[in-house]
Amino acid sequence: MAEDTKNATETPWDIGEESMAEYDRFKVVNKSPRRVDAMKLALGKGTFTDDLTPPGMLHVKMLGSPHAHARILSIDTTEAEAMPDVHCVLNMYNVKAIPHTTAGQGFPEPSPWDALCFPEKVRFVGDRVCAVAAETEAAALRALETIKVEYEVLPAILSPEEAVAEGAVKIHEHPEPTGISKPEMNLACTLGASVGDVEAGFAASDRVIERTYRIGYAQQSPIEPHIAVTWLDEDERLTVRVATQVPFHSRRILAQVLEIPVSRIRVIKPRIGGGFGVKQEVLLEDVPALVTLRTGRPARWALTRPEELVSARTRHPSILTMKAGVNDDGTLVALSMEVLGNSGAYGAHALTVVSCTGGKALPLYKAEHYRFDARVAYTNLPVGGAFRGYGAPQGFYAVEILMDEIAHELGMDPIALREKNMIGSGDDNPLAVALGEGGEGFPQRIRSCGLPQCIEIGREKIGWERRKSFDKTGTKRRGIGMVALMQGSGIPGVDMASSFIKLNDDGSFNLLTGATDIGTGSDTVLSQIAAEELGVTVDDIIIYTADTDLTPFDTGAYASSTTYISGTSVKKAAAGVRRQIVAAAADIWKCEADGLVAANKQVKHPDGRTLSYGDICRSTLYHHNQHQIMDHASHLSYECPPPFSAHFCEVEVDVETGEIKVLNYVAAVDCGVAIHPTAAEGQTEGGVQMGLGYALSERYLFDDKGVMQNASFADYKIFSALDMPELEAVLVPTYEPSGPFGAKSVSEIPINGPAPLLSNAVFDAIGVRFREAPITPEMIWRALREEG
Amino acid sequence: MSSITFEATVNGRPVRWEVPAGEFLTETLRSHGLIGTKRGCESGDCGACAILLDGVEVNSCVVLAAQASGHDIVTVEGIGDARAPHPIQEAFVDAGAVQCGYCTPGMVVATKALLDENPTPTRDDARHALAGHLCRCTGYVKCLDAVELAAERTANADAAHGGA
Ligand code: FES
Ligand code: FES
Repeated sequence: MAEDTKNATETPWDIGEESMAEYDRFKVVNKSPRRVDAMKLALGKGTFTDDLTPPGMLHVKMLGSPHAHARILSIDTTEAEAMPDVHCVLNMYNVKAIPHTTAGQGFPEPSPWDALCFPEKVRFVGDRVCAVAAETEAAALRALETIKVEYEVLPAILSPEEAVAEGAVKIHEHPEPTGISKPEMNLACTLGASVGDVEAGFAASDRVIERTYRIGYAQQSPIEPHIAVTWLDEDERLTVRVATQVPFHSRRILAQVLEIPVSRIRVIKPRIGGGFGVKQEVLLEDVPALVTLRTGRPARWALTRPEELVSARTRHPSILTMKAGVNDDGTLVALSMEVLGNSGAYGAHALTVVSCTGGKALPLYKAEHYRFDARVAYTNLPVGGAFRGYGAPQGFYAVEILMDEIAHELGMDPIALREKNMIGSGDDNPLAVALGEGGEGFPQRIRSCGLPQCIEIGREKIGWERRKSFDKTGTKRRGIGMVALMQGSGIPGVDMASSFIKLNDDGSFNLLTGATDIGTGSDTVLSQIAAEELGVTVDDIIIYTADTDLTPFDTGAYASSTTYISGTSVKKAAAGVRRQIVAAAADIWKCEADGLVAANKQVKHPDGRTLSYGDICRSTLYHHNQHQIMDHASHLSYECPPPFSAHFCEVEVDVETGEIKVLNYVAAVDCGVAIHPTAAEGQTEGGVQMGLGYALSERYLFDDKGVMQNASFADYKIFSALDMPELEAVLVPTYEPSGPFGAKSVSEIPINGPAPLLSNAVFDAIGVRFREAPITPEMIWRALREEG
Repeated sequence: MSSITFEATVNGRPVRWEVPAGEFLTETLRSHGLIGTKRGCESGDCGACAILLDGVEVNSCVVLAAQASGHDIVTVEGIGDARAPHPIQEAFVDAGAVQCGYCTPGMVVATKALLDENPTPTRDDARHALAGHLCRCTGYVKCLDAVELAAERTANADAAHGGA
């Protein structure tokens, strides 16, 4: 059996006797057994989409638009179609124009239906023009070279400010799309929410501080680019093997755009090589699916790395104007945020992302008055989408730098200012109702909050007090910064998950769930939850997930929902199965079920008799009161408990060259009970790495025609092992009463930290405030020269 | 399209394959069932496709099959298998270094190259060995732990067998 190495986290403070007692009871959760899928991955076994090649498979390649904004006047594919290896050519002339959204959300979708499989007007460089399916990739590429397209080039809009300016050219002016908030103003969505009277609050405050922050493009960049393989099974049903976070939404959206019933489609998610939100988008499976339906042959479309960077999805760049009314003692009275977001060519996720920008970041600090106003504009640039953090990183970028700036103005310690105003256990989230995800939400009260402990641990480990004694005269100057963070756990009242469990005749269990492991380890975490509830080990659980034919529904892996929402559905189903096992034992023994205990893979009678789960199953399958022991459960939550976190880092800035080195980084996180502590640490470490790229190196460079200039891993720089600082992730145990075995979420929160943290730490080091991310050495060098 | 004869030792076995001229080694290996070698960028920037060529780690996506012909090739499948996983693979699993696992085969290959050269690497040696391997999931902390754990276990195994 796998080693149960790592033990429950130490708890140096009081989290309440009752909660601690829960920790002591855990046998499987809050431990870190080997992940159920790790060995096959380390062996390089065929588990990813691309590792299966159905015989006779065609290869798809896409001709992307060379223009940021242009009407297609004609497409001549005669030569390509005559090529012997070419079997299918798709474009606006032979694919029906069905407005839809690629966002991959629940139904009805909160994103506008502004996309077509093949648009008659291209809206960014890389937008779809014409697809070819051929015997080989090389043949498909040769065919693309022969295609002649005539364009009427239109003026391109390359910033959200231009998009909303008077007289700007319209990006989505045609009649078909629905759900666009103000197409005539190039606005994909607008949103406002308010609590109290923010203007009155400003007037009543000792001072009002206003700042504007900008944060740019970044890409999820899973190491496995998007890929889908499609074929017809022996019953002529369309099978789609795809790297997706949302198999059930993918099936629904495919049915819509292909105009075939859901019942004719099976979507299978194999292992996927990272998602981070970008694989929530139903980005490419429609094209190989069309090829398969038209030719009867399997088809594969895999994006190249440049295509992934240019034409997959990105973080919505945002301009945020913050205004805070504060009293001289540091009390926050009123807080407002105004966002102008850039959705790129299509509006996928525009509304829901921006609602999280305000909805996740603002309530961290309590004020009597809040105001949130957002507009997200279309531009002729790459398309925004879901990206780990989902709007919150933009929000925390502004809020957490603002907090530092307020502390500086008031001459207060940044930690003291935060401690004075931050939300805590027992508090209501005042914005929860006014600003849910994409509209009104549900009331939320904080029931578990380890933020004070996170701050304490970070302060201690980084050596916060040292910041007063750094030498500020040499070439290399050090500084220390901190940020406080929160997120959510699932979308309240929206995310639904379901699971099914049955007992086998050796006492093992099949667990079938729609939950989608995207590399986070959720297959392991859900197996642990089932095992804990059933009184067995992880090795006794055979988990199979995310296959629309074989597993029950799940909204998918997004919004930090899998452990909290899907995990509870697993726990409920497991509890049902455990009750049935006990009832079957009572039936066999002809005794009352009360007093029988199910644990260690057996049921125990108070008199000492035992029946193994295997014995019970064999009895119920073959002999006695014959039936299959099995149960299923669904789960939806109106609560959305936030995990909390504090990040600290120490930097060294070279004032001659502008080089920034992150020396040490501490991320302390309260995710409730960590079901698999090693995985929770891993999420935190990976999130910090990704956030550091966002803070320091990842950016999109465009020329004046909207062509991305750095579309490769050589030029779009994500952090390597050599770039990483010493990094420590600390789990702060709390117990969330509404979560499965006390758990909250952990996957998204870490990405909120690094970008504002680096601004704060660099300010501490050199006294220059950056309100734009990423911070590059050139920016530092220039700023220091300007200061003289 | 014209083809070439690719003759090499792959994971200890001699092979003779007809492959399209101009094909890169990643494709050659994958189309012959060695799918542990992954594609992340196909431009030599991510290390997902790493293999050992005469014992030296290379990115197979930027090596032509024709260039590799006549050489000794080891892929992740040649390092260990389900019946006998290599201690490096065990270490990646035990250290919690496998998240989505897409970068893992490349990192296993890199660790093999490192430990063959330097059985007692420092953490900094490990950092350099993994520098060409982009991982978007882990932050590398547990991958570096895995390299250290693998070195430890390999040393212990050698000591137990009385070897140097
Ligand atoms: S796929 Fe070869 S280095 Fe990225
Ligand atoms: S584990 Fe996902 S890329 Fe490394």
